[in-house]
Amino acid sequence: MINSSLKQLSTALAAKQVSSVELTQAYLDRIDALNPHINAYITLDPAKSLAQAQAADAKIAAGEAQPLTGIPLAQKDIFCANGWRTTCGSKMLETFIAPYDAHVISQFDAVGAVNLGKTNMDEFAMGSSNETSYFGGVKNPWDTTRVPGGSSGGSAAAVAARLCAAATGTDTGGSIRQPASLCGFTGLKPTYGLVSRFGMIAFASSLDQAGPMAKSAEDCAMMLNVMAGFDSRDSTSVQREKEDYTRGLAAMQADKPLQGLRIGLPKEYFADGLNAEVAKVIETAIAQYQALGAQIVEISLPNNNLSIPVYYVLAPAEASSNLSRYDGVRYGHRAADYTDLLDMYMKSRAEGFGAEVKRRILIGTYVLSAGYYDAYYLKAQQIRRLIAQDFTEAFKHCDVIMGPAAPSTAFKVGEKTNDPVAMYLEDLYTIAVNLAGLPGMSIPAGFVHTTEGKALPVGLQIIGNYFDEARMLNVGHAYQQVTDWHTRMPEGI
Amino acid sequence: MQWEVVIGLETHVQLQTKSKQFSGASTTYGAAPNTQACEVSIALPGVLPVLNKQAVDCAIKFGLAIDADIPPISVFSRKNYFYPDLPKGYQISQFELPVVGKGTVTILVPASKNTEAYEKVINITRAHLEEDAGKSVHGAVEGMSGIDLNRAGTPLLEIVTEPDMRSAAEAVAYAKKLHELVQWIGICDGNMQEGSFRCDVNVSVRPKGTEKFGTRREIKNLNSFKFMLQAIEYETQWQIETLEDGGTIQQATVLFNPDTGETRAMRSKEEANDYRYFPDPDLLPLAVTAADKARVMADMPMLPQALQAQFVRDYALSSYDANALTSSKAIADYFIATVQAGAEPKQAANWVMGAVSAKLNAEEKSILDSPLSATQLAALLKRISDGTISNNAAKQVFEAMWAGEGEVDAIIDAKGLKQVSDTGAIAAIIDGVLAANPAMVAEFKAGKEKAFNALVGQCMKASQGKANPAQVNELLKQKLSA
Repeated sequence: MINSSLKQLSTALAAKQVSSVELTQAYLDRIDALNPHINAYITLDPAKSLAQAQAADAKIAAGEAQPLTGIPLAQKDIFCANGWRTTCGSKMLETFIAPYDAHVISQFDAVGAVNLGKTNMDEFAMGSSNETSYFGGVKNPWDTTRVPGGSSGGSAAAVAARLCAAATGTDTGGSIRQPASLCGFTGLKPTYGLVSRFGMIAFASSLDQAGPMAKSAEDCAMMLNVMAGFDSRDSTSVQREKEDYTRGLAAMQADKPLQGLRIGLPKEYFADGLNAEVAKVIETAIAQYQALGAQIVEISLPNNNLSIPVYYVLAPAEASSNLSRYDGVRYGHRAADYTDLLDMYMKSRAEGFGAEVKRRILIGTYVLSAGYYDAYYLKAQQIRRLIAQDFTEAFKHCDVIMGPAAPSTAFKVGEKTNDPVAMYLEDLYTIAVNLAGLPGMSIPAGFVHTTEGKALPVGLQIIGNYFDEARMLNVGHAYQQVTDWHTRMPEGI
Repeated sequence: MQWEVVIGLETHVQLQTKSKQFSGASTTYGAAPNTQACEVSIALPGVLPVLNKQAVDCAIKFGLAIDADIPPISVFSRKNYFYPDLPKGYQISQFELPVVGKGTVTILVPASKNTEAYEKVINITRAHLEEDAGKSVHGAVEGMSGIDLNRAGTPLLEIVTEPDMRSAAEAVAYAKKLHELVQWIGICDGNMQEGSFRCDVNVSVRPKGTEKFGTRREIKNLNSFKFMLQAIEYETQWQIETLEDGGTIQQATVLFNPDTGETRAMRSKEEANDYRYFPDPDLLPLAVTAADKARVMADMPMLPQALQAQFVRDYALSSYDANALTSSKAIADYFIATVQAGAEPKQAANWVMGAVSAKLNAEEKSILDSPLSATQLAALLKRISDGTISNNAAKQVFEAMWAGEGEVDAIIDAKGLKQVSDTGAIAAIIDGVLAANPAMVAEFKAGKEKAFNALVGQCMKASQGKANPAQVNELLKQKLSA
């Protein structure tokens, strides 16, 4: 049952082959057994989860079930959930109990999904390995000496180790797609504005976007159906008609279901910096796409190499301001002893934030300060527009863009913690997508075997045009109909 | 050396909206601390701002009222600084692109000992939308400071002038005009005690005749016109004395102490914050279309300047009188009601700006609380123009009516103030006066014009002030030349 698709679970629940309480308890038991080795969850509250499961069973019994009713999901600890401790991976919010629901949480509540718990993450979503979490690093279920990627590392490990049916994540520079690649599952970052940010703790507001993390494209489509939609509480939420992202997934039975699809391969994604074995996996996957009828178009994203420097100006600038509210005055960590107001601010923030968060607050404060603003922030905004234009130009010649989601497979715990720039390069293929506001997704495309005999997953990234999620999910689904990478799960955790 | 003061104002106008600038929390004044602080007001993790459209309409209304540029796009920015009553650690404001651009306000500076009253055009640089901070409360809890976030997020329109004012009187005249205007168009309740209208005044001095501005100091948070006048006068004198003593002025923010009547520096420029403004990524640029402007315009009352033009055109009033009568909507309404009740416009204008205003000022009353209604004033003026009472007698009747002693005719009767207009009776009085004052008559006949006035005076005295002076004049002239 734990390796079932959402559709299978939904059917089983509807047919009363299993109750939501049983299913939830099964996952809770598995979490009990495995989470100590993985550290995927920060907060569990079985009583709350089971109460939700009970309510879901009642809903099913009353014939009011929807596709995700009763299905146990893991929620990244960046989403405020009423009554749940919501830490964002930080000591600053170690004791913060959210008094309200994020839009994403209330959407899942409304359909009767079960919240299994809050998953671990890099502190305030700042990191690519989950090692900046105040609650300890998350281990990659495929090799527990390695990182799961970040920042949605807890959700990633939970999906990979089958500690939930599916999970939510957020992606500011690759935080859904890179861990999806490193942990071997399907993760989608939607178009900026498709999923409301209300109640999602802000890192970099113009880049943050919530999305599903699940086993397959089909599961992601079912999740996105619940998550997407206009919300008047988020001014950047886009007002457009709701679509059914599962439409057309089942219809794909033809011999060449992707006949006519033009796949753009950016030459910059296959240049220096890409691990050779990862490149091989990606090339094989693309050959598979050709076999499905797609045609290959070589494209260029000439400004891609600027995406990391641009990101590390803009994201910290926004973060430095977004994180100002954690001042020890109203909630969150406050230093025990202080002499005056300034001392309280300084000690509370010095104690409450970890090193990476402090580094980014410093960078952000610097680039926004008088005399530097034009040279850094304004310049970065200009280049951001150029990066977006690169994609606009590219999509004149192709329907989707493909490439690796991460430059390498999962790296060892501690390997990059002392080299922030090496860590930042993890997002070389994902960040430009956030800067442009486009949707991007990573699907399992194969494995690279280590000398220690471990199989490490590799993700294929699929980038679509604005609001083209339905097509991307179709493209992912077609591949998953003829491959089984997405059904593989780690053993012997 | 002759000095000249240069003054510019920044006014924070609290907009009359039901809810806050970026959330649905109520803006009602005086509620128990933190009872009007929703999750957005207290800046919980994950909350987002949503712009209040009513506040935008207020800003557009103001822009239209001062004939300003209203650009199609404006941008909200974050002003970053730490303070306990600023929950997000930044204030959402507008920086580079404000909602309202350049406009003008015409002020009326009242006459003083040395100058006649005059009109002056003050240029408005910009007006932008922003949110208010909360309040620190000291002393409510022993040894601790409290934070009340009810006010946090209240919508404000900050209106900034060019440094166009050259005296404290001009600055106060501008502030009063603005105060009336924002109430006139219904965007602010004008309550200065509750902080709905607060002024920051930038003051500098320079040798008269020079172009270059002196270094300015900013007097913060003046919430009465009286204090504003005192503060500017004190500050101006202090700057002049400092410069004349060979000192220099440091740019600074100063506070006015109403108890001592002095201004004192609170922080210097060196200590000033670097606010690290940048466009707020949580809010889209604000678009204002021609349709928005038309919609707001349709809801606009007739503006003071239009009413002024109408007074000049229809009532043949001077521009000065028309300006004074449109200094507030209530005064304009009172004046119009007086005229509509049958009073002659010029006469009504003189009485409204004269006797009525003087009484209201002396009693510190608004015209809305005037014990004399416009209809009653019109009735009184009618008795002057129809010759029933003299102007002098009218003043007595006015006082009595103000004191609530009754209606105009009853008071005239009771006080016996009716003018004597009976030719026979007046002729008899004149005859008596001429017989009793042969010396004066002789003087007049010898060519002394003054003697005529003295004889008129005697006649009026003899009639106990009741004789119609015009008739006395005429009859006396006839009799003396006979």
